[in-house]
Amino acid sequence: MSGRVGERTREGVGVSVPRIDGVPKVKGQFAYGSDLWVDEMLWGHTLRSPHPHARIRSIEIGEAVASPGVYAVLLADDVPGTRFYGLEFADQPVLAWEVVRYVGEPVALVAAEHPELARRAAEKIVVDYEPLPAVTDMIRALEPGAPAVHPFGNVLSDVRVEHGDPNADAEIWVDGYYETGMQDQAPLGPEAGMAVPAEDGGIDLFVATQWLHIDRKQLAPCLNLPEDKVRLFLAGTGGAFGAREDVSMQIHACMLALHTGRPVKMAYGRAESFVGHVHRHPSRIWMRTGATREGNLVNVRARIVIDGGAYTSSSIAVISNATTFAPGPYEVPNALIEGTCVFTNNPPCGAMRGFGAVQVCFAHEGQMDKLAAALSMDPVELRLRNAAAPGSVLPTGQVIRGAAPVREVIERCAEIPMPPAAPPGPRDPLELPGGAAGNVGRGEGVRRGVGFAVGYKNHAYSGGFDDSSEARVSLAAGPEGPVAEIHCAAAEVGQGVHTILAQIARTVLGIERVILHTSDTLVGSAGSTSASRQTVVSGGAVKAACEAVLEELFERARRDARLSGSDLGVDDGFVTADGERVAPVEELLPQPIECTRVWRHAVTFPLDERGQGDVHVGFLFGAQRAVVDVDEELGLVRVVQLATAQDVGFAINPQSVVGQIEGGSAQGLGLALMEEIQLKDGQIANASFTDYLLPTTLDMPKVEIELVEEPEPGTPFGAKGVGEPSNVVAPAAIVSALRNALGRELHRIPVRPDDLVGLREPAGIPPWPPFPERPSREPSPATAGIQRTGEP
Amino acid sequence: MLVRTNVNGERRETDVWPGSSLLYLLREHLGLPGSKNACEQGECGSCSVWLDGELVCSCLVLAAQANEREVRTVEGLAAGEAMHPVQEAFVETGAVQCGFCTPGFVVAVADLLEQVPEAPEAVVREALSGNLCRCTGYEKILEAVRLASDRMRIREDEL
Amino acid sequence: MAASNPDVVPIAGGTDVMVELNMDLGRPETLMDVSRLPELAEWRRDNGHLFLGAGVTYTRIMRELPEHTALVQASRSVGSPQIRNRGTVGGNLGTGSPAGDALPVLAAWDAEIVLARPGGSTRSVPWREFLTGVKQTAREPGELILGARWNVPRGPGSFSKIGTRNAMVIAVANLCLQVDEVGRSIRVALGSVAPTVVRAHDAETFAAQAFEEADAWDDPGATLASDAVEGFGELVATAANPIDDVRGTSAYRRHAVAVMGRRALSWAIEDRRSGVGA
Repeated sequence: MSGRVGERTREGVGVSVPRIDGVPKVKGQFAYGSDLWVDEMLWGHTLRSPHPHARIRSIEIGEAVASPGVYAVLLADDVPGTRFYGLEFADQPVLAWEVVRYVGEPVALVAAEHPELARRAAEKIVVDYEPLPAVTDMIRALEPGAPAVHPFGNVLSDVRVEHGDPNADAEIWVDGYYETGMQDQAPLGPEAGMAVPAEDGGIDLFVATQWLHIDRKQLAPCLNLPEDKVRLFLAGTGGAFGAREDVSMQIHACMLALHTGRPVKMAYGRAESFVGHVHRHPSRIWMRTGATREGNLVNVRARIVIDGGAYTSSSIAVISNATTFAPGPYEVPNALIEGTCVFTNNPPCGAMRGFGAVQVCFAHEGQMDKLAAALSMDPVELRLRNAAAPGSVLPTGQVIRGAAPVREVIERCAEIPMPPAAPPGPRDPLELPGGAAGNVGRGEGVRRGVGFAVGYKNHAYSGGFDDSSEARVSLAAGPEGPVAEIHCAAAEVGQGVHTILAQIARTVLGIERVILHTSDTLVGSAGSTSASRQTVVSGGAVKAACEAVLEELFERARRDARLSGSDLGVDDGFVTADGERVAPVEELLPQPIECTRVWRHAVTFPLDERGQGDVHVGFLFGAQRAVVDVDEELGLVRVVQLATAQDVGFAINPQSVVGQIEGGSAQGLGLALMEEIQLKDGQIANASFTDYLLPTTLDMPKVEIELVEEPEPGTPFGAKGVGEPSNVVAPAAIVSALRNALGRELHRIPVRPDDLVGLREPAGIPPWPPFPERPSREPSPATAGIQRTGEP
Repeated sequence: MLVRTNVNGERRETDVWPGSSLLYLLREHLGLPGSKNACEQGECGSCSVWLDGELVCSCLVLAAQANEREVRTVEGLAAGEAMHPVQEAFVETGAVQCGFCTPGFVVAVADLLEQVPEAPEAVVREALSGNLCRCTGYEKILEAVRLASDRMRIREDEL
Repeated sequence: MAASNPDVVPIAGGTDVMVELNMDLGRPETLMDVSRLPELAEWRRDNGHLFLGAGVTYTRIMRELPEHTALVQASRSVGSPQIRNRGTVGGNLGTGSPAGDALPVLAAWDAEIVLARPGGSTRSVPWREFLTGVKQTAREPGELILGARWNVPRGPGSFSKIGTRNAMVIAVANLCLQVDEVGRSIRVALGSVAPTVVRAHDAETFAAQAFEEADAWDDPGATLASDAVEGFGELVATAANPIDDVRGTSAYRRHAVAVMGRRALSWAIEDRRSGVGA
């Protein structure tokens, strides 16, 4: 395309522009899904299964229907269309009817005038359950004779990645066994939205979500409506981190609204939110790492098992990710990685920031530390020695083609100044483990440790998925100058994508004023706000649409004789010819210009039966160093500093990028030290913020950040996704520091005080679970003929 | 039951289910949804308001307990288009991401700075330990506190 | 009101009662707001005793009773500023949870709980007769907790609390140690490690004995041998009867109170030497 753009538009790319929704948010005027209100709206409420596995013999709703203020009580039979939904396979019932497979599974819906009335009515629904044997342990689920969660068995997906010679021998081997617990995304904004029946018999749904179009794709068949009668609008979203990828209250609210003819609002409380969305897969990972005496990796063998819970969700992609990322961002000539995702009667697991890479990073970095110790080698040196680089062949056979400044990321992280040493003598209690509030020490028994970890993650969707985004950009003359409007369905969940899109438009169009249309389904899909993809993919769509607008603008300019043939550009609201300003942009806008473009990233391919294929779009690398103080007698931890370097391509909004890295580090710290959904026979024992502990201001340290900007080819401005890598590496770095402080194995996250003080025996290495000789090429729902979402 | 409160300087009278919290009263009856409901148990601070000048979790106050009392919410910090220095600082430093915790933080920070205008970082962290944020890792929130503190002291000096 | 409706649930700060209500765990028929009763909001000194009204918030305790070290430390450990502005010792007593942070302090101070009956009379119940089980107390229907009263001990003391993050935790274990120079005793109370708060009697006897043998009662500069302090810690642990639950294991709790006990005693010895709490 012809034309130059202004070198540095104010508030364009590369500038830390304050977020466009910041002012309403600080004033309490920003409308989240839970703030929506309309007169005559009803409140929806969900009745859920108390059993991890049970047959439903009967459901009596008479008393509930007759309860005061109740307008509807709905069961599975009331689902207007198909009764199943799911991100990849439609295997999850909208409402259960024959069997329930996890505690919390929705069984019935109530709509009433007041949430309290809806709750009381729901209590009057009598469900006769016949409890069935449940399987709640992922290894048990693999055993023949274990209760079957689904008729087609408990293995959802087996993935094998075979690289080089899996039997290649090495001069030194280290063995490890690692476990990661079930983390919850815990976005502060719980599930919420409002469904409003429309005059055309369709439905308008205002919802806090991550991907409007995939919600619609699942919603429409269940409501027995064509997609164009199901319109979704993004409501203010209070965080996501993967919790909103799966449908939660969308179908339910729409059913109630269509049935009653009234708007229906549903807003989960925190306890319900815990059961109302998927969680991070707990994992068990066995790893054998072989190297030369000089420290060059030779062979990595791993067995990974993750617990997918009762339904498929996005588990197939998660186990694929875990398996492909298992050896870490290193040159590994030989590998055999075998991963399995099982079904259990635990609450379903699915997407959470890091998506399989978090779990294996904890394992591969534990292995690298063991190797460094065995070789008496500096842990950072060992990583540098083996660091991947452009041209490296990954265990999938994929060659790293984009930016891969792994060495630089490691070096710059290691060079970040250490925090001041712990002062001798009495310490300020506010800085000690336990804090001033805990008052558990005056500095006794506090040991400091340092740990280092490197990890990586893909951005965008993988395995041949047609991942795209659509943006419509219009440019018009406004009362105060040219205004661009962006219409893009990219879900803003707090990460800052809307601000980024506006910055891109300003830079490409050379103008100041950009407004964002509501994200909704009146424009094409922008894909998911996940996989660290929106900046690149929706950014790409907006950039392409803006460039098309610019083309049209220049066409109009060229029809003006004085501008023809010149090298046209835009700068600060003016059209330029050969660098000279020739006309204000709005002069060329007696009518607006509108262009819609779809942007796609590089094509990817599914893994073949040996786990080979160009499965990922591109890679994001991160390194972290953690400094911790541990009270070695009480097992209490204070993280003193997190230092990180991350490969970000180009920071379109540096302040936002830093914010993402800080937030991801906090979630990693949570997983390392305190966050775990505790399950007892499939019941969540800690479904509240009292006992599901999120890091507070007294738990998070300062995060020192180095941004490594090596532009990624083929992406807007060379940007890369930034949301996930810090979450991937932080747990490994923190536990590495704890091991350094205490000299203990620490094979599990979150660590418990019992482990830190040595009250529990080290786990040793349990036997490796078997893996089939010939794993199935298809995930089991496919073999069983379950409907794939989106396919007719 | 009838509850009469003075909210952000205005007398309001509403009929509520007796078991309602002050948070519910504000959000669902008085059209003030700025205070948020993220945990319903006083663990997260998103519902922070002032009750007779004291910082409290409104989810833990029975609506009836606010009868004949003064309540100030995030909406009352600055009228119309104006912004309180804490609000400005939050926007400028990037301390807002999803923003769900933001109203609670803004109120808690305003409260802190009114009482301790120049608090050292450790004191700030302790004072804000009842406000949870899931997005930011708190770094930029602390920056916002420093910025607001500096500006408020400059304004004080100018007065 | 309580006279005519004995099942009425009093509510002051609401930091326990409202959680029950919001989480749909309890739906009392009637709530009685006692947060504005002036009698509950005051504290008084009389004759070496302190009476703490059930409605005095933790924030006020920290501000108005700074010399009562262990109680101030316990108050500071409760929740957040928002919680401390509303939460009260009366609430800790009314809920009767073994994790209530003020309770080990009241136990170590041998406090009495003062109750008002409908009709206006009052009665006092020693703390150990008041806390009868997990979330069970001797408060009878219709009675209102007026406050707690104790003989103010002279000597150093401290309160510690363990949780798996650095703020906003329900105690995995908590402990209060109080030296009573006049009575020549060392009192230790533990929370969250038994159905109710308990005193570690064997440990107390041992410590008093050790002080005796070291002539420490007459000599505030005296120290104890480290194995005496160790032994004390181990005896503290024997007073615990903990369970495994969502917050921690019983093995850890036993381990932790031994460490906390040992440390608290060391600090008390240190504080005596430097004249703190005299």
